[in-house]
Amino acid sequence: MTFRALQTELAEHGYIATDELAMALHLSMSLSRPILLEGEAGVGKTDVAKTLAQIQSCELIRLQCYEGLDASAAIYEWNYQRQLLSIRALTEQTDSTSLASVENEIFSERYLLKRPLLQAITQTQTPVLLIDEIDRADEEFEAYLLELLSDFQLSIPELGTINAVTRPHVVLTSNGTRDLSDALRRRCLYAWVNYPDRATELAILQKRLPQVEASLAQQVVGFVQALRKEELEKNPGVAEMLDWAAALYGLGINDLTEDPEALQASLVCLLKTRADFESVPTEVAQRLAGTAG
Amino acid sequence: MQPTQFIVSADSVGERMSDFMAHLRTHGIPAGVFECSEVLRSLTLLNPLHSEDLRLACRTVCTGDREQYQRFDELFNAFWFARGRQRSSINSSQNVRSPRNQPQPSRKPADQQSQSGRGSAEQPDNESGDGDEHSHSGDGKLIGSRIRNIEKTDLRELMVPEEMARAELLARRLANAIRDRRSRRRRADRRGAKIDLRRVIRASISHAGDPVQLYRQHRPDRSVHLVALLDVSGSMTVYARVFLAFLKGLVSHDHRTDAYLFHTSLVKVSDALRDNDTLRAVNRLSVMAQGFGGGTRIGSNLQQFNQQYAARTISGRSVVIIFSDGYDTDPPELLAGALQKLKKRNCKIIWLNPLKGWKDYEPVARGMAAALPMLDLFAAANTLESLAALEPHLTRL
Repeated sequence: MTFRALQTELAEHGYIATDELAMALHLSMSLSRPILLEGEAGVGKTDVAKTLAQIQSCELIRLQCYEGLDASAAIYEWNYQRQLLSIRALTEQTDSTSLASVENEIFSERYLLKRPLLQAITQTQTPVLLIDEIDRADEEFEAYLLELLSDFQLSIPELGTINAVTRPHVVLTSNGTRDLSDALRRRCLYAWVNYPDRATELAILQKRLPQVEASLAQQVVGFVQALRKEELEKNPGVAEMLDWAAALYGLGINDLTEDPEALQASLVCLLKTRADFESVPTEVAQRLAGTAG
Repeated sequence: MQPTQFIVSADSVGERMSDFMAHLRTHGIPAGVFECSEVLRSLTLLNPLHSEDLRLACRTVCTGDREQYQRFDELFNAFWFARGRQRSSINSSQNVRSPRNQPQPSRKPADQQSQSGRGSAEQPDNESGDGDEHSHSGDGKLIGSRIRNIEKTDLRELMVPEEMARAELLARRLANAIRDRRSRRRRADRRGAKIDLRRVIRASISHAGDPVQLYRQHRPDRSVHLVALLDVSGSMTVYARVFLAFLKGLVSHDHRTDAYLFHTSLVKVSDALRDNDTLRAVNRLSVMAQGFGGGTRIGSNLQQFNQQYAARTISGRSVVIIFSDGYDTDPPELLAGALQKLKKRNCKIIWLNPLKGWKDYEPVARGMAAALPMLDLFAAANTLESLAALEPHLTRL
């Protein structure tokens, strides 16, 4: 499969990818290397992974990173309650000679709770592993990840090293709240995902919401593109654009310029902070809408 | 200096590719054996005669962050589509082994005058300068590059070893003056300067009021994070020598300090400056500072700084030092807005203006006037002496 084929397939599943992104994904899948996607919030980094999983018709395993994420939440944890119960049950039944076997028993896979990372490498069918917003996790966690990403194996002290049954397609995303370590970057392929250009965004809108009329779609995309050029604290992403288009469609607005008040009210879908809201008063919105078509 | 040597007699794709990796390394993209083998592996997966595919593949494999990602295309073109011209379409085997098979454009005369001994690794400079935009059209025209090269030579000449050593030393002292901040709160510490009387008395209760054990406190360090932005536009060329060396001094003694150059665009130069080999550092700088000595767009550069870097680097413990004369081609509102936004991150902003050292100087440059209200310190800095005189001010800040 070439990257063009992947690109068309992604498009069939509702994800319009640029050449760069398609190539990066294609290589990541055929070289089975993890891929690191960076970009502003709302450019569709997470959706890539979801769509990939759809294309491969395989499971999507998602690990949402946050500050303080540790091995027990990301890799594995022993099922302590169950272990305690078995210890009680087993010691009551038998004499002390079988203590060793009890120990072996309670540290077996039956008592292991698999968290996303371990889950991902023990699947029989290759899954897509999405490690979302890796920059939110702390640096120690990155170090954990390195072992997984380079060798696709994890070590559990009580069980030993677990090798991957199948190599998952790993997609990491980052918003750049902090710099990632070079070691992590080196292990990944890299792609910077930009806001889509006008034509691409229009294609996305038409793909996702075919019921929106062409003229309105043009206006919506033009408006959002212009809005991104304004100085906002938080630029509207693709998802916001889709929300907004759906909202306009639901409100029965067919032309952005026809009802300034309704337009202003619907902007809640796009602008998410108070400062942004104040920086786009009715006049500005009308100016943008006027030039958007 | 380590210019990329183009081995003209490479025999295999692999050899050419490893040359390319060396070329990338010289320009700050850490591509090694592993990347090389990955690129070669990916060559088997795509049509290697299609140069655009090759570019996309190399880029996704070799780069690691946004900055490298954006810089990559120029480096790629400079290496594969040799020497100052870019062909819109390349056919057959020229793609992979191109520079060898392509007739070499005769650039020699211009080269030897001003650029003796340089590899064409620095070709990107010539391709994307201010006046050169038009020659991108791929018509195979030679690009007049003499002026730009002189500018580059200037940058190198700016770094006179003795001056540099002095400026570095000074920068270190000033940086220490700014950086050494003590917390206002005190913490228990075995060898602290102050005795924690409260605790001593509390502990003395168990000894019938005799203070047997003395507890001490000290103020922990809360070091300040320095960020320096240096204007390298035409109007600042005269001062660039001092400031560049100063910047190097600031950066090389503390790994948290960041430095940026700006003219018409903004480049992060912390890593290049940190290079121990001074000449290599300068070489890397001149590659990065394309358009060095051109116009200035302070406002939009600060804006870009806000968007791209400030969010994760600037906090209340940051001191942003801007070296610029305030002559801005952007409207002053843009500068004021950008500074205001930066100020919202609660950092200190110091503006060092070489012109302020002049007699009867009034901040008439409109940009400068707009910036004034947002500054914590606005001071003269046109010579090393005037920089040295700043120390008491910076300590007080």
